[in-house]
Amino acid sequence: MIGVELRKLLGRPRTWVSIGLLCLLPVVVAVFLAVTGIAPRPGQGPTLLSAVLGNGALFPAAALGIVLPFFLPIAVAVQAGESVAGEAQSGTLRYLLVRPVGRTRLLVAKLVSVLAYTLLAVLSVAATGYLAGISLLGNSGQVTTTTLSGTTLTPADLAWRTGVMVLYIGWSMVGVASVALFLSTLTDSPLAAALGGLAVLVSSTVLVTLDAAGAVRDYLPTRYWLAWVDLFRDPVPWGDVTAGVLVQTGYVVVLLGAAWANFSTRDVTS
Amino acid sequence: MTAREHDPARRPAPTTGGGADGDAVVVTRGLTKRYGRVTAVDDLDLRVAAGDRYGFLGPNGSGKTTTVRMLLGLVHATSGEIEVLGRRVPRHAKDVLPEVGALVEGPGAYPHLSARANLRLLDAAGPARGGDPLAPDTGSRRTRRSRIEAALEQVGLTDVGRRPVRAYSLGMRQRLGLAAALLRGPRLLVLDEPTNGLDPRGIAEIRDLLLDLNRRGTAVFLSSHLLAEVELFCTRVGVLHRGRLVAQDDLDALRGPTGRTLVRVDDVDAATRVLGLPAARTTDDGLLVLDDLPVPEATAALVRGGVAVLEAAPERRTLEQSVLGLTS
Ligand SMILES: Nc1ncnc2c1ncn2[C@@H]1O[C@H](COP(=O)(O)OP(=O)(O)O)[C@@H](O)[C@H]1O
Ligand SMILES: [Mg+2]
Repeated sequence: MIGVELRKLLGRPRTWVSIGLLCLLPVVVAVFLAVTGIAPRPGQGPTLLSAVLGNGALFPAAALGIVLPFFLPIAVAVQAGESVAGEAQSGTLRYLLVRPVGRTRLLVAKLVSVLAYTLLAVLSVAATGYLAGISLLGNSGQVTTTTLSGTTLTPADLAWRTGVMVLYIGWSMVGVASVALFLSTLTDSPLAAALGGLAVLVSSTVLVTLDAAGAVRDYLPTRYWLAWVDLFRDPVPWGDVTAGVLVQTGYVVVLLGAAWANFSTRDVTS
Repeated sequence: MTAREHDPARRPAPTTGGGADGDAVVVTRGLTKRYGRVTAVDDLDLRVAAGDRYGFLGPNGSGKTTTVRMLLGLVHATSGEIEVLGRRVPRHAKDVLPEVGALVEGPGAYPHLSARANLRLLDAAGPARGGDPLAPDTGSRRTRRSRIEAALEQVGLTDVGRRPVRAYSLGMRQRLGLAAALLRGPRLLVLDEPTNGLDPRGIAEIRDLLLDLNRRGTAVFLSSHLLAEVELFCTRVGVLHRGRLVAQDDLDALRGPTGRTLVRVDDVDAATRVLGLPAARTTDDGLLVLDDLPVPEATAALVRGGVAVLEAAPERRTLEQSVLGLTS
């Protein structure tokens, strides 16, 4: 069943169009930076962008920073929201279940497919970012890279930090996917599930900035989303990254549990 | 009163089906489903024997689809028991469903894929065989291609090529749904309104296909709101009305004789005069109805009175009359 789901994912034009669009935005940004040479001042504009001008190798991180606040969550929420509700809407859910495919198996296969999509999306953006960064911004012959703290990094250092960043952002997106997947088992409308997931994120983002919501802030799903920037400081302050992983894990476990509990017992009337 | 007790005096010895529970392919006992306050299916005792062509007849909203979904383990019963192919559902659904082909409330397919690609994905999603290790591996990957071609051929969809399902007419989609149900040579076909969207010719083709499969041993459970469809195809009929089974009997029994005789004569007016009302009435299409006048005496009287008797036959209820009688 997992193989079937992956075949469905990779065989759908929409998968590739959405990933292509995700990759496009960082490339456009890189082109503008390269042509004009005007970098945002530190502290303004998307994270890290101010640092990339002299240093294309940092651009994969910057590229993820560009798509993370909006586009990546949208793409993941749409994909995860589609997973069960999309089958319900196309009328194929009932035929899969009577084939028979066990409900737990189906849910696991859907989850794996969403994870594969998330990983594919994050890696594609990082890879495009790297290529665009190197080719458009150049790495100016430097062997080392400057961190946000002003110290220098060897290419090996930069590589593992970028790798951890990809995993961290990927895991944050799994949190998004869990929300949308859970909603996808509740409704027969993929659109409703995706929008519901996004509504949760937007609310969370608003509440994070609200001092009055300070009591719950540290438990909000988007609270630590940008903590991966810390990976490009020296030494790495692990506190927020660790907290972010824990919070996301909490959401993932609870929401996937709820998705399973709901889907394995509910009436399929689509 | 349950459906089993429905007018038992009138029920003749079953000619098809109705044997011991051992050869039943579908049995339900007290099957009930409530959605909140709505009781969609109420205390249903169904029995479909191997080899039956069972017509599950009922108007829209009477609970047919809900029943079918429960038989397939999609919807959970509020109370009651279900056995399909001798095993309890939903508990053993994964063991019996590989041997069941189903069409529920219209076909479902991925619109951007062709018929073949859809069938390949669907077939690959399921297990190669049922839960019983001795069950035939009717879903094996080795035979997938040939099974798909065979199913498409059966439903008359061989020449659709690579066109995506998006471009299919409703009738073609219905055929594709049927092909999906046939993919594994099921022992039992559960078809919910299978002729929706088909033209009269398509309906006849599908009926022939189902008759052929049934001759070769496939039991067919067909739900429909169309009397004519059930009357033309089924050997046994269950009539559902507001969630309750109001009759379950052989088609011939439901269309049984009324005890009256219809007589065709050359001159109806003369015949009525000879026999006198109310012993003889006429129908709209000019037949003489004999209520309790014995046929030999009546014909003798008619001949004596100079009326030629062309034909005399017992009157049969149509299925429609029976069903309307049961559901009004
Ligand atoms: N998911 C549902 N939620 C609430 N009521 C439902 C649901 N599905 C069906 N019903 C109700 O159950 C009854 C039977 O519906 P259904 O089984 O679809 O009938 P049929 O297939 O004979 O037309 C109807 O009154 C319908 O409104
Ligand atoms: Mg229906």
